[in-house]
Amino acid sequence: MNLNKEEIQYYHRHLILSQIGKTGQQALKKAKVLIVGAGGLGCPILMYLSGAGVGRIGIVDPDKVTVSNLHRQVLYGFSQVGEFKAEAAVNRLKDLNPNIVLEAYAQRVSPENAGDLISQYDVVVDATDNFPTRYLINDFCVYLDKPFVSGSIDRFQGQLSVLNFTDNQGKKCPTYRCLFPTPPAPEIAPDCSQNGVIGVLPGIIGNLQANEVIKMICGVGEVLSGKVLIFDALSNQMMLFSIQRNEQAVQQALQNAPDFESFDYESFCSSNRQKINEISSVDLHKKLQNNEKIQLIDVRSIPEFQEELPNAVRIPLNNLQANIHNISKNDSLVVFYCDHGINSVRAIRMLPNHHKLKNVFNLTGGLAAWLKEEKK
Amino acid sequence: MSIHVRYFASLRETMGRMEERLSPDGLLTVSDVWKAVHQGQTLPDQPLCAVNMAYAKPESPVQDGDEVAFFPQVTGG
Repeated sequence: MNLNKEEIQYYHRHLILSQIGKTGQQALKKAKVLIVGAGGLGCPILMYLSGAGVGRIGIVDPDKVTVSNLHRQVLYGFSQVGEFKAEAAVNRLKDLNPNIVLEAYAQRVSPENAGDLISQYDVVVDATDNFPTRYLINDFCVYLDKPFVSGSIDRFQGQLSVLNFTDNQGKKCPTYRCLFPTPPAPEIAPDCSQNGVIGVLPGIIGNLQANEVIKMICGVGEVLSGKVLIFDALSNQMMLFSIQRNEQAVQQALQNAPDFESFDYESFCSSNRQKINEISSVDLHKKLQNNEKIQLIDVRSIPEFQEELPNAVRIPLNNLQANIHNISKNDSLVVFYCDHGINSVRAIRMLPNHHKLKNVFNLTGGLAAWLKEEKK
Repeated sequence: MSIHVRYFASLRETMGRMEERLSPDGLLTVSDVWKAVHQGQTLPDQPLCAVNMAYAKPESPVQDGDEVAFFPQVTGG
């Protein structure tokens, strides 16, 4: 993989590093990296891996750019709102580095497509925002023997680790399931839209992930494998915890392998929890049109969307305990909602037992889903 | 001497503190430490536990002077 004249100029600052040089830059050009998630973490990863000259980059994300993404997803601007992130990213990155191949997959990674996608690349970067996808990436990377760099963020803290890496002695290193054999309930570990995140945090963690990818490809430095790095933006503390491979957990991933298509990652990540009744935007809309007696409870504290449902009672999640008496027991249906349908699940779980009646429902997907339906 | 307990991510908010020091009396395992700060509740599958910066299990032993850390699984991206 020779470098052309333009590339020699473009990568000059890499080429003069003794640890990278021509050999490292050629290794980068030869490398194929799949980035799953083009959100907060994905944006800096994509920009710096494109800049670093990774020869082939795949971008998987089913979402479209929204205004609430922009404070941290700096690859996009107002003019891309409404576009698929994977496609908007490719358009921006083509301009950043025209000498690399970029592939957009505007789709959710699923048991049906994960094998095909992952097998085409050397390294995977997990920059997703949900547990089912994290376990799915783990299981396919273990099965296909690919290393992956996993990162995650919450409020002011982030963590990352290089998983399923094989070191230069041929030793297999820990996987995601070695760290976390079972997932928590979604409302216990919500994503950024529920808990908030300081905009610079995915920039920091995402860049650390990109750095690990570059080190792995160039074979320089110490790869963050067998360790988890935790960064706290408030105290500037950066801590390294050592972790171990758990063969039992690895086997669990491998056992799923022949049956990936029938393994339900969504339900695996929400098992062991009391089931909550869900109502779709379409069904709720019909019921409201039929004038059914429905009490709507809006549990948002700082709404992302200005819209609200008609005659909704606003009881922010943090005031719920003190205001439970405001929830009427006479209505035929009580529907809890928030922006994305996760805090409202938390709210329902907080209700004392006598309120956990058959008529309590969660608006699936929250106001985001409702507004999407309205637009149709 | 004491056992130094540290919390990370959302645990800091649920616990209302970043760290604390406990008397080592009667604390033999990581699980004992968790119970001591959670009114006797058993340690759930999550969070991840570490003793002296190394991954530990609920049954891992602890002793006077150890640092025990708990960090939850985080998924934002």
